[in-house]
Amino acid sequence: MTKVSAARPLALGALGLALFLGLWELVPRLGLAPPTLLPMPSLLPAAFLREVQNGIWPTAVAQSLGHYLIGLACGVAAGVALGVATGLWRPLEEALAWVVRVLRPIPGLAWVPFAILWFGVDQAAAVFIIAVGVFWIVFFAAQGAIRSVDRDLIEVAEAFGFSGAWDKLRKVLLPAALPGVLVGVRTALGQAWMAVVAAELFGVPGLGQRMNQASSLLATDIVVVYMLTMAALYGLIDTLFVGIQSRALAWKK
Amino acid sequence: MEKVMNAANGDTVIEIADLGISFGAGAERAEVLKRLDLTVHRGEFVAIVGASGVGKSTLLRVLMGLAAPSHGTVRMTRAQGFDRDMALVFQDARLLPWRRILGNVALGLEKLPLSRAQRLERAQAALALVGLRDLARRYPHQLSGGQRQRVALARALAVRPAILLMDEPFSALDVATREGLQDEIARIHGETRKTVLFVTHDIDEAVYLADRVVALGGRPGEVRSSVAIDAPRPRGRNNQRLIAQAASIKQAIAAEAAARDDWVI
Ligand SMILES: Nc1ncnc2c1ncn2[C@@H]1O[C@H](COP(=O)(O)OP(=O)(O)OP(=O)(O)O)[C@@H](O)[C@H]1O
Ligand SMILES: [Mg+2]
Repeated sequence: MTKVSAARPLALGALGLALFLGLWELVPRLGLAPPTLLPMPSLLPAAFLREVQNGIWPTAVAQSLGHYLIGLACGVAAGVALGVATGLWRPLEEALAWVVRVLRPIPGLAWVPFAILWFGVDQAAAVFIIAVGVFWIVFFAAQGAIRSVDRDLIEVAEAFGFSGAWDKLRKVLLPAALPGVLVGVRTALGQAWMAVVAAELFGVPGLGQRMNQASSLLATDIVVVYMLTMAALYGLIDTLFVGIQSRALAWKK
Repeated sequence: MEKVMNAANGDTVIEIADLGISFGAGAERAEVLKRLDLTVHRGEFVAIVGASGVGKSTLLRVLMGLAAPSHGTVRMTRAQGFDRDMALVFQDARLLPWRRILGNVALGLEKLPLSRAQRLERAQAALALVGLRDLARRYPHQLSGGQRQRVALARALAVRPAILLMDEPFSALDVATREGLQDEIARIHGETRKTVLFVTHDIDEAVYLADRVVALGGRPGEVRSSVAIDAPRPRGRNNQRLIAQAASIKQAIAAEAAARDDWVI
């Protein structure tokens, strides 16, 4: 009984994927679209191998992952720090309220011109753009999480002599806020990928830049290889993160 | 309004004078306790009884320094030979959900000058005292309500406080476990000469454990009666004198509640 129900989604999922690839393959083969505009999936493994053998793929992946991880780390660190600080301390939140209102609606990508002016077409520009996007998500997540920490638990810490701000932060506020912060970070993981690609489309070396090059040469099979690479990397990172998250939150019901 | 930690005279550890507590301000202002006087001696076991909402938990929170009185003074004396001045067993267990049971019991120990090994040892000993040694590795949500209450008790005992404040610590327990823990508390009190303030709705429990039963009543609440229980220890559960005293306290409370058309405990 359980075996059937466990196997079914897997089988149906595989079937759906096969149908999708089959349809995709047929459209250019039947001449419904020129292969340059829609490269056939059967051509992709060869294109992928070429990119790996000439070393472009590994380099681009390493560069993009570098931007991604550094940008993410900067954005998360700044977001958590400021989110926790404003969550704890009303005057700071009030002082920043209007600054936040002005800056917050500006999409991360709108920072591209300034990023390039300030940092050049360089890794630092990509990191900056990614960090800006990540920052807001994590900032609001951390602020909200700190606000909603159970007052009763803070009282427990006080009752046992943890009266200093750092003590309370360490013993109660941060662990209690962790689930909320991690939800924000997970959202940021996806947001950060978009920022990586955007920054690299503007010329910072990495997956996006290579994709841009290939598309200007109409090497659409290579473009698709990099699109799928991004999807795979995101899937991998998200899976890893969910694993870490569920370990860190093993105490939850 | 004043809260002082210094030597009150001689044998007194807690001296509450003309205490008033109110919440809110303006039209919302509600007086919870008023003109409350209470003196507790070193090593004394005081049970506090009174109707729900009369202000028992609030009184313990003020003693603990978690809330400020709006009127009057609270004086406390530092006792020698204990690791902390006070510890409170909250009415709701209030365990930290991200810590395992052992980690929860060790919380207060992290503020004391102890090594990691010492903390572990003391936490384990406290957990064994409440009969939960086997659950050390669990998380709070994996425990029953009564088990959580016992963990909260272990957490307070672990820091070896001079004054132990307990807010209905046994209310969620079955009779056998409750009686076992009552005897445990009586033993700890006898051996360590801790001062204990014990809030309960169970008059039999109050009379069995305490040197004195203080009844709060009215709205705002004040001390209605203070009955000394002088039966020698260790006490038996069938001690006729205790049973008689419990009956007369129950009667007094019922009479007063009837007179005020108030809810009985
Ligand atoms: N933070 C607060 N703000 C306003 N009113 C409060 C607050 N805390 C408690 N009260 C009120 O103070 C009164 C006393 O509450 P308290 O918790 O001390 O009662 P209690 O004697 O412990 O009752 P129980 O036996 O039900 O635990 C109640 O009427 C309650 O509604
Ligand atoms: Mg209460």
